[in-house]
Amino acid sequence: MRVSSKVKELLKEHGWPAREVYFDLENSNWVPREVVEAILPFFNERGYGHPSVTHKPGWEALEEVYLTKELVAKTIGAADLDEISFTHSGTEANNLAILGFIAKKDNRRRGGKIVVSAVEHLSVIFPAEYASQLFGLKMQRVPVDEYGFVDPELFKYYVDRDTLLVSIQLVNHEVGSIQKLKELVDVAKSANPNVVFHTDAADAYSWIPIDVERLHVDMMTISSHKIHGPRGVGALYVRNEVLLEPPLKGQLSVEKLWPGVENVPLIAGFRKAIEISFKGFEHRVSYVKALRDKLMNGIVSGIPEVLVNGPLNKGRVANNVNVSFLRIEGEALTVELSLHGIYVSSGSACSSRILEPSHVLLAIGRKREEAHGSILFKLSQYHRESDVDYALETIPKAVERLRAISSWKSC
Amino acid sequence: MSTRIPLPYGPKVLEIFRNPKNIGRMDDATVIESAGSPACGDMIRLYIKVRSEGDRDVVEKSSFESYGCAANIAAASILTELVNGRSLEEAWRISWKQISDELGGLPPIKYHCSILAVGALKRAIRAYYLNKDKPHWLPQDLTLEEKQVLEEEEMIERYYGSMKAIVDELK
Ligand SMILES: Cc1ncc(COP(=O)(O)O)c(C=O)c1O
Repeated sequence: MRVSSKVKELLKEHGWPAREVYFDLENSNWVPREVVEAILPFFNERGYGHPSVTHKPGWEALEEVYLTKELVAKTIGAADLDEISFTHSGTEANNLAILGFIAKKDNRRRGGKIVVSAVEHLSVIFPAEYASQLFGLKMQRVPVDEYGFVDPELFKYYVDRDTLLVSIQLVNHEVGSIQKLKELVDVAKSANPNVVFHTDAADAYSWIPIDVERLHVDMMTISSHKIHGPRGVGALYVRNEVLLEPPLKGQLSVEKLWPGVENVPLIAGFRKAIEISFKGFEHRVSYVKALRDKLMNGIVSGIPEVLVNGPLNKGRVANNVNVSFLRIEGEALTVELSLHGIYVSSGSACSSRILEPSHVLLAIGRKREEAHGSILFKLSQYHRESDVDYALETIPKAVERLRAISSWKSC
Repeated sequence: MSTRIPLPYGPKVLEIFRNPKNIGRMDDATVIESAGSPACGDMIRLYIKVRSEGDRDVVEKSSFESYGCAANIAAASILTELVNGRSLEEAWRISWKQISDELGGLPPIKYHCSILAVGALKRAIRAYYLNKDKPHWLPQDLTLEEKQVLEEEEMIERYYGSMKAIVDELK
């Protein structure tokens, strides 16, 4: 059977749950109506031209690209708009930062090192591995503690004369740890003032205040669909003093580091999503935090044999709940919950291409059998308390059903 | 998360997952065998009650418990349905491919779910004949499914073995 017909039949069998709550904001996102409305005119009403061509639809596009750059710059404390480059995803921004830095001849030396944390997103780890293979460099992974934090005392030993580039994220995408990034940057720069420091802030942006000047980072990644914008837009902040070699080659337009025509409609959507997220920032974050606490406490107190993955409270980002349900396998639970309209993801091996559980969960010391039962929920300002209530009603029944079948018995 | 992969399950997997047959432990089972482990991410335990009818040994009933993904649960459920009422000789001939086909064709990355189910069955059949005369159809050598299951279990053992060595060294 063709894949499309098979999945069509699968969906028919699945049916449409009476109530639906989407908690898989980690992997992708639905796009709110206001954001869609900001996108649509750019397909066929205005700004549909190429932003580097001299006609009205081109200039309209150019205006939109710069309006968005201004807003990005303002929300991260960047001084100069030329320091912001749009890419077509967060993955591309991370690749640009790492491959683009190492590809530039003056930035690398024989015996040089790239240092990343053990819990980085794969769009950091893989380019770092690739860059070090291509150019014969060393790559080191800094371990994290049981909550996902890099210890500055330990990190000190990873930065030396040979370290060219460090990439450590601001907030972990799976377990929500907020790194003490300023401290790590200070440690790196005092060990070697020439080190270039990149941070992947895809999961921090709009959840904690960010100021690139205060943090003193040299490069920073953000991604639109992590804040309810459309997928397919990312941005990289690159401090003026840091020079990159574009790893992709082609016709340049507004962006000098990423060829190809800018995706103006989605950039417009990104701008709208940023506006929404930064309006009443603190109020929004504390609203979501209260929902998070309710969900996390409800699960932990209502269901036996559950582990919280990541920091318990202090140092945990406001929108992240990650728990392991022992004695059940996470993929089965995502399917069971989906049948009841609760959409989540798991770090189990069964959802993965390589049949290995999440490297983040293993890095914080979870055993495989604990990682296999992990479920990640992400919340946003669009969730209501009743959504959390529905989840708290549904999850125990789902867990109970699968545990009753389970061949892994409690001791 | 880790590198994700699309999983185009057929509707049958979902249908059985929602409503599996023959679940739970069986107190009067003749043989109980497992394959896989929690660390591997999947483990099937099979309970089989065998009745002898002349020179035929027949599965009177079977049931399962499963720790694993949706495909794993569906594979174990289909397997118990297929073996109930069959002779052990017939049951021995069930292949992982047959289980996968019954489920509407598992995605290749999920083949190991049907391999695990059949591996558990073959173990159970061997266990049944452990202290009896071996029937002519029961091969000495391990079959493909049994080898695969062993390999998965051993890989995890080795992994934990080496982890333990590292931890011990640190102490
Ligand atoms: C921390 C982190 N970095 C990078 C990315 C990649 O962004 P994108 O999906 O836009 O490629 C993600 C997306 O999940 C992420 O969570």
